[in-house]
Amino acid sequence: MSAPIVKFKDVTKTYQMGPVTVEALRGVSFAIEPGEYISIMGSSGCGKSTLLNLLGCLDRPTTGHYFLGGQDVSQMDDDALSAVRGARLGFIFQSYNLIQQLSVVENIEVPLYYQDWPEAASREVAHKLAARVGLAQRLDHKPFELSGGQQQRVAIARALVNDPLVILADEPTGNLDSASGVEILKIFDELHAQGKTLIIVTHDPTVGKRARRTLRLCDGLIESDVRH
Amino acid sequence: MSAINPPASHESAWRGLTVARLKRAVRLGLRSLWQHRLRSLLTVLGIVFGVCSVIAMLAIGEGASYEAQEQIKSLGSQNIILRSVKPPDEQKISNQGSQSYVLNYGITYADAERIQATIPNVTVILPARNIREYAWNISKRVDCEIVGTVPWYPTMRNQRVAQGRFFTDKDMATRTSVCVLGAEMVPLLFPLESPLGKHVRVGGDYYQVIGVMEAHGHEAKTDETTETKDKSAAFRMFVPLETIKMRYGEVLMRRRSGSFEAERVELHELTVKVASLETVTGVADAIKTVLERNHKKKDYQIDVPLEMLRRAERTKQIFNIVLGSIAAISLLVGGIGIMNIMLASVTERTREIGIRRALGARRRDIIIQFLVETVMLSGIGGIMGVMLGVTIPLIVSHTAGMKTIITLWSPLLAFTISALVGVVFGIYPAVRAANMDPVEALRHE
Ligand SMILES: Nc1ncnc2c1ncn2[C@@H]1O[C@H](COP(=O)(O)OP(=O)(O)OP(=O)(O)O)[C@@H](O)[C@H]1O
Ligand SMILES: [Mg+2]
Repeated sequence: MSAPIVKFKDVTKTYQMGPVTVEALRGVSFAIEPGEYISIMGSSGCGKSTLLNLLGCLDRPTTGHYFLGGQDVSQMDDDALSAVRGARLGFIFQSYNLIQQLSVVENIEVPLYYQDWPEAASREVAHKLAARVGLAQRLDHKPFELSGGQQQRVAIARALVNDPLVILADEPTGNLDSASGVEILKIFDELHAQGKTLIIVTHDPTVGKRARRTLRLCDGLIESDVRH
Repeated sequence: MSAINPPASHESAWRGLTVARLKRAVRLGLRSLWQHRLRSLLTVLGIVFGVCSVIAMLAIGEGASYEAQEQIKSLGSQNIILRSVKPPDEQKISNQGSQSYVLNYGITYADAERIQATIPNVTVILPARNIREYAWNISKRVDCEIVGTVPWYPTMRNQRVAQGRFFTDKDMATRTSVCVLGAEMVPLLFPLESPLGKHVRVGGDYYQVIGVMEAHGHEAKTDETTETKDKSAAFRMFVPLETIKMRYGEVLMRRRSGSFEAERVELHELTVKVASLETVTGVADAIKTVLERNHKKKDYQIDVPLEMLRRAERTKQIFNIVLGSIAAISLLVGGIGIMNIMLASVTERTREIGIRRALGARRRDIIIQFLVETVMLSGIGGIMGVMLGVTIPLIVSHTAGMKTIITLWSPLLAFTISALVGVVFGIYPAVRAANMDPVEALRHE
């Protein structure tokens, strides 16, 4: 068995809201091997988004350690975390989060822009990925000219552009009708088949079932960890 | 899959600021400004007008002061000019009185000799008698001032003869009837032919034209205080002093609103040349004492071009200070306007900032993005202001005939300052954008 690509060790996250302390995560430990396809499920307010923000290096755990690709990122400074996000992580959001004034290709290129890629090279990669998610004909369209499903496919291409260790998705089908949702899930299956590591937060049991492993959270703790 | 190269950060604080990245940031900024072009334009108007008014006002002020200084310089900075002035109380009497009488006033030949004899460092004395008369060429006439003076007048007054020659000591001694015309009156009297060798009639006498002076711009403003002065006396005609003395004697008759008026003025003007610039003020004071001792009334005026020059320079300094304050205030106001819009823009683009941060942008990438945008905004405003500010003086000098001078440093300085305003007022919004929590920013709206 190869080394885990993601390893959480006794991670807690507490939010201080004036006098009230909210314990969003209360000691979470788990490990993810390369190439796994995992869904994180649980009732509302159980800490899924909090966990995903930590996984995505958008936030730091209050206590505990997070190893990403063998490197402890739990207490890195802001610049280092930015570099980790740009180089090793891919994000897919529920509301697509494309930059409105940029075209499809330019949106896909954004992570490479912050990696200082030469323009020609990044353009080439972006074209390839746009073609891969079926948007070869829409390269110069703006996000508002695309359907939700198409926008989410742009977001997937953007999440792949920096060849990340882990792809993180927060309710990727939440804003889509079932047909577009199925299309997105099909792409995820393909990515999994290619050996990408995928972590998907979802409420939707049908989405959760497509993953090979489900982490179920309850009240800031892991309730169950099932492989299927 | 497990072979992971560690993220390359911390190499140098400004690793990201490569030329290529800056170019992209500029392109991105331009696009975002262009997307809100009306807003950008309105935002930048404060800077545009600030820069434009500074350059335009500087150019006009510089032109005016240059002209004034040129005029003063043409009087000669080593010269002290004495003029006869009708004393104010006499003027009143002569205005009321209907009876004719002879009025005695002004600088005398005796004054000239006294100054020459008693004050050291005085080299030449240049006397002049001015008479207002019509000069005729057959049927063409010009209302001009006939200046009876000495042969060294042009040298002392920094004026040059354009054609022919000025009269000589010999003309003076033999009291020949020759004249040198001011350039301005030549086209009026001799529109088609060369005036040299022709004759000009004044009263019953003919004077042969032996020379024409170089055109001289406008006459000095200080001349307006002289009693014989009207606007049209910009036309001057020079005749040997001895000739004038012989023709007109010492008493001048003049018809004025029904009554005759006679004045006896020996010298209308007396120019004293001082040996060195340092002694000008001292000599001026000495002359003042000499004249005060010998004149009961103040029927003379002492002009010191050097002092006028210094006053003009001081005025210009004050003008520049006032202008500088106006510029500072308008650029401040413009800067605040830009900051206001950039703050609004940061709030509006919170989501975008969150996305960029999630995708790997560091804080300084965000700072650069917004700072570049602000600097471009103010820089473009500066360029527009410079273009407008350079055009306005051209229009002014074309339509109003005023001289304007655009010094090289004024557009450069105005532009630099406006770009700096962008940096100063852009920093706060940019830092605010960069310090947003990425999670919060992504959740925005
Ligand atoms: N920034 C914050 N400040 C204070 N409390 C927070 C913050 N973010 C989350 N929480 C709290 O932490 C707990 C977990 O929230 P989280 O957003 O992770 O839930 P979730 O599982 O994503 O819920 P949902 O399914 O509704 O999105 C909640 O009780 C929430 O109120
Ligand atoms: Mg959530």
